[in-house]
Amino acid sequence: MAMAIGMKLAGRAGGAAMATPPATIRSISSWWRNVEPAAKDPILGVTEAFLADRSPDKVNVGVGAYRDDNGKPVVLDCVREAERRIVGNQNMEYLPMGGSLKFIEETLKLAYGSESEFIKEKRIAAVQALSGTGACRLFADFQRRFRANSQIYIPVPTWSNHHNIWRDAQVPQRTFRYYHPESRGLDFSSLLEDVKNTPSGSFFLLHACAHNPTGVDPTEEQWREISNQFKVKNHFAFFDMAYQGFASGDPERDAKAIRIFLEDGHLIGCAQSYAKNMGLYGQRIGCLSILCEDELQAVAVKSQLQQIARPMYSNPPVHGALLVSTILGDPELKTLWLKEVKGMADRIIGMRTTLRERLEKLGSSISWEHITNQIGMFCFSGMTPEQVDRLTNEFHIYMTRNGRISMAGVTTGNVDYLAGAIHEVTKS
Amino acid sequence: MMPMCESTTGRRLNTLGRHLAADRCDRTSSSSSGMASQGTISPSPTAGVFAESVFGNVAQAPEDPILGVTVAFNKDPSPIKVNLGVGAYRTEEGKPLVLNVVRRAEQLLINDQTRVKEYLPITGLAEFNKLSAKLIFGSNSPAIKENRVATVQCLSGTGSLRVGAEFLAKHYYERTIYVPVPTWGNHPKVFIMAGLSVKTYRYYDPATRGLNFQGLLEDLGAAEPGAIVLLHACAHNPTGVDPTPDQWEQIRQLMRSKGLLPFFDSAYQGFASGSLDADAHSVRLFVADGGELLMAQSYAKNMGLYGERVGALSIVCKAADVASKVESQLKLVIRPMYSSPPIHGAAIVATILRDSELYNEWTVELKAMADRIISMRTELQEALLTKGTPGDWSHILKQIGMFTFTGLNPDQVAFMRSQYHIYMTSDGRISMAGLSSRTVPHLANAIHAAVTGTV
Repeated sequence: MAMAIGMKLAGRAGGAAMATPPATIRSISSWWRNVEPAAKDPILGVTEAFLADRSPDKVNVGVGAYRDDNGKPVVLDCVREAERRIVGNQNMEYLPMGGSLKFIEETLKLAYGSESEFIKEKRIAAVQALSGTGACRLFADFQRRFRANSQIYIPVPTWSNHHNIWRDAQVPQRTFRYYHPESRGLDFSSLLEDVKNTPSGSFFLLHACAHNPTGVDPTEEQWREISNQFKVKNHFAFFDMAYQGFASGDPERDAKAIRIFLEDGHLIGCAQSYAKNMGLYGQRIGCLSILCEDELQAVAVKSQLQQIARPMYSNPPVHGALLVSTILGDPELKTLWLKEVKGMADRIIGMRTTLRERLEKLGSSISWEHITNQIGMFCFSGMTPEQVDRLTNEFHIYMTRNGRISMAGVTTGNVDYLAGAIHEVTKS
Repeated sequence: MMPMCESTTGRRLNTLGRHLAADRCDRTSSSSSGMASQGTISPSPTAGVFAESVFGNVAQAPEDPILGVTVAFNKDPSPIKVNLGVGAYRTEEGKPLVLNVVRRAEQLLINDQTRVKEYLPITGLAEFNKLSAKLIFGSNSPAIKENRVATVQCLSGTGSLRVGAEFLAKHYYERTIYVPVPTWGNHPKVFIMAGLSVKTYRYYDPATRGLNFQGLLEDLGAAEPGAIVLLHACAHNPTGVDPTPDQWEQIRQLMRSKGLLPFFDSAYQGFASGSLDADAHSVRLFVADGGELLMAQSYAKNMGLYGERVGALSIVCKAADVASKVESQLKLVIRPMYSSPPIHGAAIVATILRDSELYNEWTVELKAMADRIISMRTELQEALLTKGTPGDWSHILKQIGMFTFTGLNPDQVAFMRSQYHIYMTSDGRISMAGLSSRTVPHLANAIHAAVTGTV
């Protein structure tokens, strides 16, 4: 507040001398002196640290961006082809506030099924969003505006940015149990208990597949039970689906949880992202959808979602939407995409198998079953922050301190080194 | 609320019910609980099977007043319709324009096989940020040289304003922002959503169709010390009325003496006068006195990159260490909003700004757009003078940038829409970019009829 006083004094002084006001204000201190340096983002800070490291052995298994077996980022062939088709033909006009209709149409088919009755009946309110983050944020803001007394129940653990998103939207957060550290699997009985014990009509955030950061997903049977319990309690299910196709290699299979809930009659919300499954990280391309009772309601809900987007960024960026609709709208390109996304998923599944084998071969006394039980981009290794710090400081291996390994960063070239290092820090 | 029988789930339940017991369709509402007396099954209110939406109370939002104009225009089947609504540049043929230099940049990007689509940092493309700051503040700006500027890539002007406003709501001790009357319709919404409260200062004088400078000075003079003030850097939207350089200097002195915090919105640099430097004059005046300010920059109009959502927020601070801390806090605003900005548009801009040949070509194309707009102003004014349309129409040439505030009232606007199929926002704002030599006479006729008619 010293600054505020300074400002007021300056104002008064200036006011008294209005006839010849000071031409410069070098005597006034900055308005921002009280601004503290912000803590580094726990995930993105890892890559920053990795980039700064000069060791030739360094390994980045931090941020969840796919790498090929040479450790290089990948631009999919279907994307390169789509780019070639677009360049020179695209006009740069504003999209509508809700984004590209063609993009939305193709995207809903992926999540809800290409023959979905809900699409035919126009019951889904959907807007193009800034990837998964943007979709979650639009929903959180919408929830705040139209269900002001509601809270969001978030699994433990979850992607750290989920907490930031609902906090900035001013929706209070609660948690429900999810991960079971002892088994490095799902704490299903606790999860069900928490679902039962929350007040009816609560809002839940669910990871549709390839849970981030644990890689632990409910089985199909478990999803059915969760859906049933949600019916009994009339809870709202909001699915964050950031890895469709990337988890099992089959987008239809990865959407199973959502389809189960839809069959059971739930009116769900869903955030979709093309960052990983189409490698369009930097394009910021995704979708928020909310299934409504009827078309009229869907129109109303969509109009309100647009009202939230307008004071945030007016309308979403066109390039990524054009890439996606070009690929999904062309049977040949779509087939190519499905092949490429399966290729990425398969490589990761292969690395899981290899990493586990290596650790077992090294004679580790710890069970590493969870490496192959878990699914998707990440493996929740079970390592402690101290062990992770040792990996970084002694072996130049970078991951988030919760022990999350991005399997996409593991290659045939570094898997032995990684296994050796993990064994070293965990063998006591 | 549909009667149960007519919904899909209702039908399924009733089929089941018929198998079990009586076949009468029970039309009681779902507020009845459990099983109805005759063995037909009603879903309990808590069953998800016939779920009521938790958003059933959501009313349809009104159309955005600006974007709604284009929606209405698109629906109109008339062959003589003219869209003077949204501010997107059109060629003489009425077509959107992708700048030649943008097409060249796109090709360069596509041909570069080493390019990937990875996440940008939260603050965006670093080179884009540096070049953007230089563009608006001048490459010799002391603020830049002294590392006192924190610049983050944002989603065009809107996104830059929103991120800046959220930062202010979190870290600045004053929560009030003053906006000119009138201003772009989205401004107040952006600031309110960010958590600021909005007050106004007088700006447009309907009597002169020019600046109400006295009113402006009075209102800013009465503002609480430290309050934030939104300033349109050039080509004020919607009026096209800008202060003169002398008036800007007076505004600067007043604001600095009261410790008012400037928040510039620059959506038309280069587009207004045709000169990038001239259009940045007001901003550079403030930076030159060593003080602090916020600056929201957009490339939507001046590079024709509307849909790519390219812009930047810069905060000019007193010291380099402050700028660095400010940047770190801006990241915390951005991360929970969309994590990081979109890459494509920024890559195009950086490609153009870093290359002197492309940059020069851009300035030529930019001047051509500005010149065409100025020529439309000239033609429209001449047409109205020739017709002898009552009123002083000199403001058409005095105002600058994309828009003319005609002074027409909502009734006249509605008349022109229904009788002449001319579309503009109800405040009488016309986008000059939507005019061509071919359509100016039609517009002049319509204005003439509206002004002299019985409306």
